[in-house]
Amino acid sequence: MFAFLIRRIIQAALVMLVVASIAFLMFRFLGDPISNLLPEDATVQDRAEMREKLGLNDPVLVQYGRFIADAAQGDFGQSYRNNRPVSDLLAERFPATAELVLVAAGLALALGVPLGIYTALNPRGWLSQGLQVISLLGISVPTFVTGILLILVFSVTLGLLPSFGRGTVVDLGWWTTGFLTPSGLKALILPAIMLALFQMTLIMRLVRAEMLEVLRADYIKFAKARGIPNRMLHFKYALKNTLIPVMTIFGLQLGGLIAFAIITETVFQWPGMGFLFIQAVNFTDVPVMAAYLVLVSFIFVVINTLVDLLYNVADPRLRAERTPAHGV
Amino acid sequence: MTPRKLLFTVTSALALACAGGAQAETFRLGTSGDLYGLDPHSMTDSFTVSFLNHVYEALVRYDADLKIEPALATSWEQIDETTVRYTLREGIKFHDGQDFSAEDVVASVKRAAHEDSPIRGNIAGLIDAKMVDEMTVDLMLDGPNPLLNNFLTNVLIFDSGWLEEHDALDPIDAQKGEEGYTTSNANGTGPFRFESRTPDAQTVLTVNNDWWDEPQHNLTRIELNPINSDATRVAAMLSGELDMIVPSPLQDAKRIEATEGMHVLEAPGLRAIMMGFNLSGTSNNPNQEGNPLQQVEVRQALVHAISYDLLRDKIMRGKSRNLGGLVAPQVPGYDEAVDEIPAYDPEKAKQMLADAGYPEGFSLNMNCPNDRYVNDAAICQALAAMFARVGVKTDLTAETKAIHFERARANETDMFMLGWATLPMLDGYSVLSAMLHTPEGQMGTWNPGGYSNAEVDRLTKAVATELDAEKRMEMMIEAFWIADQEVAWLPLHAQPLSWAARNAVKIPQTADDKPRLWLARIE
Repeated sequence: MFAFLIRRIIQAALVMLVVASIAFLMFRFLGDPISNLLPEDATVQDRAEMREKLGLNDPVLVQYGRFIADAAQGDFGQSYRNNRPVSDLLAERFPATAELVLVAAGLALALGVPLGIYTALNPRGWLSQGLQVISLLGISVPTFVTGILLILVFSVTLGLLPSFGRGTVVDLGWWTTGFLTPSGLKALILPAIMLALFQMTLIMRLVRAEMLEVLRADYIKFAKARGIPNRMLHFKYALKNTLIPVMTIFGLQLGGLIAFAIITETVFQWPGMGFLFIQAVNFTDVPVMAAYLVLVSFIFVVINTLVDLLYNVADPRLRAERTPAHGV
Repeated sequence: MTPRKLLFTVTSALALACAGGAQAETFRLGTSGDLYGLDPHSMTDSFTVSFLNHVYEALVRYDADLKIEPALATSWEQIDETTVRYTLREGIKFHDGQDFSAEDVVASVKRAAHEDSPIRGNIAGLIDAKMVDEMTVDLMLDGPNPLLNNFLTNVLIFDSGWLEEHDALDPIDAQKGEEGYTTSNANGTGPFRFESRTPDAQTVLTVNNDWWDEPQHNLTRIELNPINSDATRVAAMLSGELDMIVPSPLQDAKRIEATEGMHVLEAPGLRAIMMGFNLSGTSNNPNQEGNPLQQVEVRQALVHAISYDLLRDKIMRGKSRNLGGLVAPQVPGYDEAVDEIPAYDPEKAKQMLADAGYPEGFSLNMNCPNDRYVNDAAICQALAAMFARVGVKTDLTAETKAIHFERARANETDMFMLGWATLPMLDGYSVLSAMLHTPEGQMGTWNPGGYSNAEVDRLTKAVATELDAEKRMEMMIEAFWIADQEVAWLPLHAQPLSWAARNAVKIPQTADDKPRLWLARIE
């Protein structure tokens, strides 16, 4: 287990280095941040001074090296646009994104799994058929369209829910939360639904397919032949085996949720990290973009590592195979 | 603090805020971008500076008609060619209770003109400030400067004691890597006090009841809500969560007008949209030898090839104002004769091209931004189609602004789009010095095509230092006339401003696209 973790940490460091270098290569094609920083009639000399000041005259490799060296010490530099340290900006935005992703993931699981089980157990019911069709829509309609539709229905037409922002948040010092105020909770509903919809339909279809597969397995047939009641058969024997692959996919998708949050945050003006990133792209705010990409790749690696660890716990066969092979 | 206790604090704070006045009027403004920070000396973003104008004030300000009027200064006089003396208004207090005096003006001007100051470029020629007595200040210039007051509208005044206390007398240096106190705190003399700010979410101002001026507004609170996405901003307006949005997308104007209790405010703004030419000896189009655009006749032919009315009615939905000159009518330097637009006549254009030696037309590259101006890429597509009709083959590239302006500035194209509002100067000199003067040193910084005319250069230099307003105006118009005859640039239109508001909101729509909420009322 320990060796596994060490390997993972080295992998994570490598992934982040690669992401940072790709990011740096990309930034060269994003244009010149200077034109956003100075007034349109700034002189050539002003421009040259600003370039020098921001270190943009150095070769990309030198800029990259400087970024890595500073980042290793936890310093991601200063945002061009906000005049503030990037790490502060990201720390400020993290709670917004985390709460949104948490609620969306919870929603996707809480609805996706039961619906998947239902459609698997009643494959020919009209409700199941209907759910299947709806889930197809959920998978194929782009999320920003769902988001705008939700705003149109629930904000503009019905006037029930806010169309933008986080509502009133409570500052706990190290974390700002929207969970503690009615307006904060209301503001969470639409973006969370928009973000969850795709994952929910994905989980539902996955659970359904896996469950149908498992229900055809021999051990279920034997259990049935022994006269084990249906409820126990479905929920104790079948469901457990269904959930193992679902867990892996869900773990991978959790990273996807953070990435997809960029779109949701843009549509709902949700002041999270994704929104910060989009604005940085518009402004060519290189330090913010680089730090965000590195941070997200780090989150991806962490989640995947956790999923692998959980997988070991959930599936005894893996443990049995690994133990002698790695001598732990 | 337990969550319950927190909740209680929040709700009681809300209750207090509501109980503040019997007819408490909160103005909820939705904008497409957020403030860059709270320090008006730390960036040149015109939206940020204009919003901070609610908190901070300058010695002089623009009224609703964009004329200079006294603000923190009551009068001024030219002492000699390089010194102007300002008499300050008595009895003004900063939001933290400190008195306003000459010391504050000196500290603020020094801060803005500091060599590390990002806004130094906006106050070219202003070198130093000296205190004469408690209520009098001398501003030192490097030469006669007819635009000093225009510049000063942007030099917002801080309290010197407050700056000193928070170690902020020098401007924020992007290089230091530390956060300036003034980025997240504010203390001005303006009609509203800064209350709180969550970047990209909300900035709140509350009314300053001790403001020196007679308030024309009836607001008690301003909430600035940046909403980046056009669709969401309009939705928030339609659902009644906002009182006004700036800008309101052109394509949604009908929808908003059709909603009860809302209206769209539209007017042509200051920003002139135009096309710049590559006037060097070689074309950037690989299929073209030499550079036909160097000939005046060819450029004149292109003007005849453009149907200005079609651009306005189809692309701009009838909201823009056709421009024949390089500045909008509100800007000093505008002249009706220069503004005249040659008739649309493709046959004549073809004839002129043939006379100039291009009977078969020619090829050129055109570059446009697709995220900077209203319908920018669509305008260029229409232009390309119009040019095709007279035999000019256009290779059009539309791309994001950061790349577009970099290419345009490097003269890597043959025609490029540029919009110029003359802000913050609000004077034709801005166009003369940056776009028409031969590129050298501080001049011609946005003249990548290399337009050069000795007479225009001479007039521009004279305009820079001429203090007689009438003479100055004549010289500006003469320079614009020459540029117009030679088609130095190809002006298209004044870009429309579009705001949307509830009917209860009364606000003057100023041509510089800056909502001045101290002139707004909610009825």
